[in-house]
Amino acid sequence: MTYIAKPRLHHPTLTRNKVGYTRRDYEGAISTLCAGCGHDSISAAIVQACWELDIEPHRVAKLSGIGCSSKTPDYFLGNSHGFNTVHGRMPSVLTGANLANRDLLYLGVSGDGDSASIGMGQFAHVMRRGVDMVYIVENNGVYGLTKGQFSATADKGSRSKRGVVNSDSPIDLVSIALQLGATYVARGFSGDKQQLVPLIKGAIEHRGAAFIDVVSPCVAFNNHAGSTKSYEYVRAHNEAVNRIDFIDLAAEQTATVAPGGFVDVPQADGSTMRLRRIAEDYDPTDRIAVMNTIAERGARGEVVTGLLYVDPAPQDLHAHLNTVGTPFNRLSDADLVPGQRALDALNRALR
Amino acid sequence: MNAPLDARTARTAATVRPIAALNDFVVKFANVNGSGSASANELFAKAILRMGVPVSPRNIFPSNIQGLPTWYEVRVSEKGWLGRRGGVDMLVAMNPQTWDRDLKEIEPGGYLFFDSSKFQPKEKFRDDLTSIGMPLTEICNATYSDSRERQLMKNILCLGALSVLLGIDAAEIETLFSEQYKGKERLLDSNVKALALGRDYATECLEPIGLRVERRDAVGDRIFLEGNSAAALGAVYGGASVCAWYPITPSSSVAEAFTSWCKRFRHAPDGTARYAIVQAEDELASIGMVVGAGWNGARAFTATSGPGISLMTEFIGLAYFAEIPVTIVNVQRGGPSTGMPTRTQQADLLACAYASHGDTKHVLLLPEDPTECFEHTAQALDLADRLQTPVFVMTDLDIGMNTRLCRPLQWDDAHRMDRGKVMDFEMLESGRDFGRYLDVDGDGIPYRTYPGTHPTRGAHFTRGTTRNAYAKYSEAGPDYVYNMERLLKKWDTTKSLVPQPVERRAAQPARFGAIYFGSTSPAMDEALEVLEEHGVPLDTLRLRAVPFPDAVKAFIDRHEQVFVVEQNRDAQMRSLLVNELGIDPARLVPVLHYDGTPITARFIIQRITAAAVGGVRAAAARRTGGAD
Repeated sequence: MTYIAKPRLHHPTLTRNKVGYTRRDYEGAISTLCAGCGHDSISAAIVQACWELDIEPHRVAKLSGIGCSSKTPDYFLGNSHGFNTVHGRMPSVLTGANLANRDLLYLGVSGDGDSASIGMGQFAHVMRRGVDMVYIVENNGVYGLTKGQFSATADKGSRSKRGVVNSDSPIDLVSIALQLGATYVARGFSGDKQQLVPLIKGAIEHRGAAFIDVVSPCVAFNNHAGSTKSYEYVRAHNEAVNRIDFIDLAAEQTATVAPGGFVDVPQADGSTMRLRRIAEDYDPTDRIAVMNTIAERGARGEVVTGLLYVDPAPQDLHAHLNTVGTPFNRLSDADLVPGQRALDALNRALR
Repeated sequence: MNAPLDARTARTAATVRPIAALNDFVVKFANVNGSGSASANELFAKAILRMGVPVSPRNIFPSNIQGLPTWYEVRVSEKGWLGRRGGVDMLVAMNPQTWDRDLKEIEPGGYLFFDSSKFQPKEKFRDDLTSIGMPLTEICNATYSDSRERQLMKNILCLGALSVLLGIDAAEIETLFSEQYKGKERLLDSNVKALALGRDYATECLEPIGLRVERRDAVGDRIFLEGNSAAALGAVYGGASVCAWYPITPSSSVAEAFTSWCKRFRHAPDGTARYAIVQAEDELASIGMVVGAGWNGARAFTATSGPGISLMTEFIGLAYFAEIPVTIVNVQRGGPSTGMPTRTQQADLLACAYASHGDTKHVLLLPEDPTECFEHTAQALDLADRLQTPVFVMTDLDIGMNTRLCRPLQWDDAHRMDRGKVMDFEMLESGRDFGRYLDVDGDGIPYRTYPGTHPTRGAHFTRGTTRNAYAKYSEAGPDYVYNMERLLKKWDTTKSLVPQPVERRAAQPARFGAIYFGSTSPAMDEALEVLEEHGVPLDTLRLRAVPFPDAVKAFIDRHEQVFVVEQNRDAQMRSLLVNELGIDPARLVPVLHYDGTPITARFIIQRITAAAVGGVRAAAARRTGGAD
């Protein structure tokens, strides 16, 4: 961790976005994670994505579970409310929070232990329900805070720093999210910000359950030879299916006609997601084909990254429940309480 | 219709007089689950109620959908006693499986009504009962061709016969039919015909009996309602917009009733819903959603029972420590573990009062009947916001799943939701100091802010880890102690905000007191009157909440000994009184009923009489220097 306090004064020429904030306004407290931790790069990518999308920091709610990854919401968006919940249960808290006020942006930050081990059930069900959120798993395959035990995403045969070989099959959260109905599924790498920032931006704009699995090496416990979640291993085995540029319609009308190497995926809010195809014939809107690709590449030991799947017309939990447009936390007595007259009628009927 | 005639005409032995009772008896229906008996039984109870005579019905049912035995016990009591009396004056034996044990429960001189279509050997009967056989199956088989109709109409035929035997006004039943089958003329017609068929048979073939219902005006403006439905309505009136739940007996009907009430009361003119109900994947998720919604400023609740509480405890600890409003309706059933899912108990008191690891204390509300289920659930949502903590509504199966005669529901239209201490944009903008866990008013309750309120002020990181008064992570001893002491101060503040206990003084000066709560109320009301007649006057205090307001200690201090009547094995409320108020345990005498059936007045009378007499003897022995 760093011991140098962040400066309070910022350079006056720092660029402001459309809502008048500089990038610094999206930062949080100083990280207490290990120097070089992949998670800090993800925090930085979140900061950049929110700044670039002109999101007012206080309109974001950050929720997490327990673990190194779950500590990170303290380290970005300091003017947002955050909630560090209990281990593996962030999804349910996020679901409740989302129901209470549909107008905020919900950012769930979790880890592989938090989501794939103790929280597997809640991870599965929050995807099924289509909660409108950005759900990021900072995936390093180990329990960092308790010093290096395997998590459920550790690959079979992967070797821990203490020399233990993992004999359990890994859980691939991307495949599971796809199967359970997440409508935006991506995988990034904490060491590749160029790819990660647009992935996060796309997830933020997506009006449904958006999931990003970010491989984020643990420099303390899972960055050695024999680990399949180390910087070196991931760089060697990373197979990006596409590069995405997020296009805000209002800003870049001209870019809608794509040259041969691009595919534009229109989004429900009218904006467009541009995918630069690297893999031939990769169609991110064909869920079954995507699942096949991931399985095939996975069998070859490749970590497929990029925007893997997107449903251009997603529906979220509020749509499923046909809820009123006003956030629940602003409903008044008149909206909620039927009053004595209704009781008079009821009392009569109950005799 | 030949062989059973013997049984039908069987009379009681000359030595035992048949019971004669007017508007004061117990009829028990022994049925097979899933046979359609439930609605006919309810009609029976409701028809008597419409005649102005109070009744209290109780379902005694298995954890089963079809096939296992189920019972419906109706107590008719002109005096208005609504507790279970104990004993049965008339058994309607419709289940051969349970015949032997059912017959044992009938009081000497009582009545046995049975289906005489199938021969029953003479030794299967008791000669101190009046046995009344009616060939229900034969009549139905002769009248109806559809097998389902044969089964269902048997219940209505039976109802018809009983109405003649007991003097229940057929017009009341017909009115109930017409309300129930409004717009379903064919069903209405067939039910009316079946009723007449039963009545005709009884009038022609059955002899009058000693149990009678006569019209009175003893019901007044009271209503007939189930506790779970009432609690759900309380959640609507309390302003709950989020309900997250997981099905579990006996609480499922709370969420189901909330769904129906919301469909009726909570749709905006454009049809959109001012509520969200999520059936979660488990109780951990249901409480998690409630915590999330509460954190974000919506009123939210869950309903569950014992095993659900066990699963929720980690989140309950988080809500206590991070100070998030949460309302939990706990419809208690028999524990531990899966226990007796369809039986009643008050055995989750300690599990809820101190739920979760570390030092925790939780607010419990203790409704006595459906009306209080309504009131307490609505109030719980206010208290949860005011106190920023979990609030439990501790009802039970006896209240929750039985229809009970109770006060009509009332609402003060001037009441506004108490959202507690929330700093809004203007307050933050004005520059007021905001410390999420700072005790600014001296009542232990800090201010909170809803996410998204102000661009630069009021945001903080909510967590289960320790922190200072400004919500910054801190494991410093003084920060931790400040917070824990403040939570205790909040606990003290709570005492004056919760429903206060109800005290009742005996007509004559009483040496003994009795403390009770929840579903024990009706049995206690009745026991008190009898005990007073027996020369054991008792002052009573009905608890309505934990933490205990000051009046509770004062009550105990005024009495030599205090009986604590509760429905669990380990005297959990007594432990709470000892623990929270520092009472000498010797002064609190436990009276415990925990076999899964609702406590009866008979039980209370017997235990308290024995203990009171024993206590007097022991005290006399002490005075004379003798051994206890």
